[in-house]
Amino acid sequence: MSTSSFPASALRKSLRAWLPALPCLLFLISFFCLPVVEILQTGMVNADGHVTLDQFRRMTKDLVFAKVLGNTFLISGLTALLSVVLGFPIAYFLSQLSDKFRERWMIWIMVPFWTSYLVKTFAWILVLSKTGILLTLAVSLGLVDDPQALAPSMTGVMIGMVHAMLPLAVINMLPIMRGVNAQLLQAAATLGANRSVAFFSVFLPMAAPGIAAAGLLVFITSLGFFILPALLGTPKETMVAQLVISAINDMFNLPYAAALSTILLIFAVAVFMLYDKLVGLSSLSGDTRAAPKRNSATAVTTALIWIGRVCGSGYGAAAPVLTHVKGLKLYSVLTVALLSLPIIVVFPIAFTNSPFLSFPPQGFSLRWFEAFLFSPVWQSSFLRSFGVAIVTALASTALGIGAALALTRLPGRWTKPVFAFLLAPLIVPRIVVAVGLFYLFSRMGLVGTDLGLTIGHTVLAIPYVVVTMAAALKRFDWRLDDAAKILGASAFARLRTIQLPMMIGSVAAALQMAFIISFDELTIAIFVSGGMKNTLPKQMWDDMILQVNPTLAAVSLVMVIVIALLVLLPALFNASKASRRCE
Amino acid sequence: MTARLQTIAISKQYDSVTALSPTDLDVRDGEFLTLLGPSGSGKTTLLQILAGLVEPSGGQLLINGRDATHTAAGERGIGMVFQSYALFPHLSVWENIAYPLRMRKMDKAAMATAVKDALEMVQMGSYAQRLPRELSGGQQQRIALARCFVYKPSVILLDEPLGALDKKLREHMQSEIRSLHKDLGATFIYVTHDQEEALNLSDRICLMNQSKIEQIGTPQDLYDRPATAFSAQFIGYSNLFSGRVEKQSGDDGIRLNNGRFSVPIQIPPHLPVHVLMPAASDIALVIRPEEARLANVDEAYVRGTVREVVFAGSDFRVLVDIGESQPFLLRCARREAPAPGDTVGVMWNPAHTAVVTC
Repeated sequence: MSTSSFPASALRKSLRAWLPALPCLLFLISFFCLPVVEILQTGMVNADGHVTLDQFRRMTKDLVFAKVLGNTFLISGLTALLSVVLGFPIAYFLSQLSDKFRERWMIWIMVPFWTSYLVKTFAWILVLSKTGILLTLAVSLGLVDDPQALAPSMTGVMIGMVHAMLPLAVINMLPIMRGVNAQLLQAAATLGANRSVAFFSVFLPMAAPGIAAAGLLVFITSLGFFILPALLGTPKETMVAQLVISAINDMFNLPYAAALSTILLIFAVAVFMLYDKLVGLSSLSGDTRAAPKRNSATAVTTALIWIGRVCGSGYGAAAPVLTHVKGLKLYSVLTVALLSLPIIVVFPIAFTNSPFLSFPPQGFSLRWFEAFLFSPVWQSSFLRSFGVAIVTALASTALGIGAALALTRLPGRWTKPVFAFLLAPLIVPRIVVAVGLFYLFSRMGLVGTDLGLTIGHTVLAIPYVVVTMAAALKRFDWRLDDAAKILGASAFARLRTIQLPMMIGSVAAALQMAFIISFDELTIAIFVSGGMKNTLPKQMWDDMILQVNPTLAAVSLVMVIVIALLVLLPALFNASKASRRCE
Repeated sequence: MTARLQTIAISKQYDSVTALSPTDLDVRDGEFLTLLGPSGSGKTTLLQILAGLVEPSGGQLLINGRDATHTAAGERGIGMVFQSYALFPHLSVWENIAYPLRMRKMDKAAMATAVKDALEMVQMGSYAQRLPRELSGGQQQRIALARCFVYKPSVILLDEPLGALDKKLREHMQSEIRSLHKDLGATFIYVTHDQEEALNLSDRICLMNQSKIEQIGTPQDLYDRPATAFSAQFIGYSNLFSGRVEKQSGDDGIRLNNGRFSVPIQIPPHLPVHVLMPAASDIALVIRPEEARLANVDEAYVRGTVREVVFAGSDFRVLVDIGESQPFLLRCARREAPAPGDTVGVMWNPAHTAVVTC
């Protein structure tokens, strides 16, 4: 008998495999692919409809553009390098902890990670500006005579960028470091390597893909930044995304904005392809077997062993850090504190009685909370953000679960391209998606509507949901599903009684992430809200550009509390589950 | 006996890999059939096709005489016990066992009785509210069994259900499974790679090798009358002489000659004479260690040097180097044990040997 005797059932089977992904794929094609392709096209077609590279030619002649592009790469590259270097010891420290302690530590990484860039930027303005906390303290202690503001400046931008990206770097290095089998290091020890040599010759090469992954992801994310350079930098630190915004908002030059977006997109995709080659896409969904693809050259190994010897000789510079967990712990505590502190300084300022942002805050009053709560503008933007975030969370989780389910059933050759497609909104700089959606929505009459915002945010949230659920499904024991099948459960009954209940934690995590992404989102809001229907971040952005004021501190405090509650919720949920398990 | 379950040329192909060659198998009503074979022999694929977890590439499956090739797993009236037990970790023991009944929308009172009966049948009545992870391996095994038969499937598939248990517990569970089979009267199809387990439990053994059935028969059939060299070697230990058949003048009958020695054989009834004639393919003589004995060098069929004598409790195992690639293994009583290096002869009763094709 040949397989051709069941063509109908084979077709039915493949249809069934694709079915759960269809809504998600159609959604992304309509609201992600189409707008982005249209942007690419707009950049290359002139008013007569002919293909032209005029926009790009204009850029090559434009010194400002060259400078901005150079800036963008310099800032992104430096951010990636510093985040990885500073984050590596923390990730290493966390990888050596037991699950219980690591989970506690992760809260201190995750809360700053999910805290809005706007809040973080606002905090740094308070800390670094001429009348800011740092300089005020330094002057009062007599350390500095002539206060030179740290913001706006390049230093300010870099401090803000590294602070914002360090958690992302740690989160991406950690899984692969945890995947390095501790027995390998013990084996190295029995074979005559001391701790330091084992670290450099065994641990480091195995963790290398994770380090590369972290660096590249930070780089890609940094490419599209505009909040930090706009608020913490001088015009000299302008980045490409800022040019895109001004091309649309100030110059109304869509083709130029489109061409700029194209450049950003090309670099982001190129870097991401490098990522895929080095680490593999699957690492994003938790496939973290630390396995360097090639054998390291003997010379590299020799060099690593040599470095290990020097550092481990007891007098080497790195020895105290590497051999004593205490040194690592101290470093980690300090760094994690630095992640949270700038956010915490916002709190007292929210209660100041003065109409100015000065430190220390003067008096105590709730007037700025009142200003926030009773202002119709803030009120409506808060409610809008909340509503849009809830609908976004539900929609993207429903679409994303379907897509992730389909990924497990699709024929092998389709999984990778489909997964890459679902991740694309994560790779394509948000500004490109935002400009594309603005263009599409302006024709559909969706600019300035909550629906438009929700659609845009759902596009951005889908990759996070897919990654979370794909990881959960990978861990899921499908024999349980087989067992339920034999016991008579239909596909829907299995989803309801087995799959979802067992993955409830991941579903909650997906909902949480999607909510935060939407609640916190500014880029799409800048274009799609149309200036009328502001979300909370958009309202903050408008205020910050105009004039920083203590109301922003009150709003920041509310945002931090909302985000922190959301981040802590699953941790609490897990903790109660864990304690039940221990009984 | 009627065929409860029948496959007709059923097969499974994964791209270029054949997981199961076209296979015909009849499973009788109420029997305990074991699918035995090394890993990769196709036994698990066959089981999964029967369960409906794997779609066959070709062929037909009949259950109670009706075509069930494309019937959904839950509608085949089949139960399955998984190697990993596949107990739902988020449900209590009670809910696990009630699960198939809920799927069948059984009413509350009947369900409670059925679950209680099933739990009592595996002596786990007091564990109803536990979670699976709070049970030992053997207890989880019992719950998996209870969940399987609570809805009274007429066929129960067991996929290496004792693989994860230690030897002592495995032997205990074997006897529990055997008595469950007797009590339930259902048809059991049991997958294992452990030949001892297969011999202990089965009414019939279906020996599989290289994605097809090698031989089906009762345990005694397979042990006493292996059809192939693989059967002879997979079940129990066998001394194998391969060679060609020769007919000697005189009344000595047929002999097997491999160039180094010639020994008498008896033609088994299932092998036609022409297969054994010199022009035909090679055959092999199978001599079980317990059928051979040490003998006087002059009257023995084969001669050799004792290579090793291993104490095995009740008797000794003697390995005799007879010039073949494998030494000849036989058992002997403690007081008759030779010393390594002795020259000995080996004898057996030709009626207690088997002849197989190679």
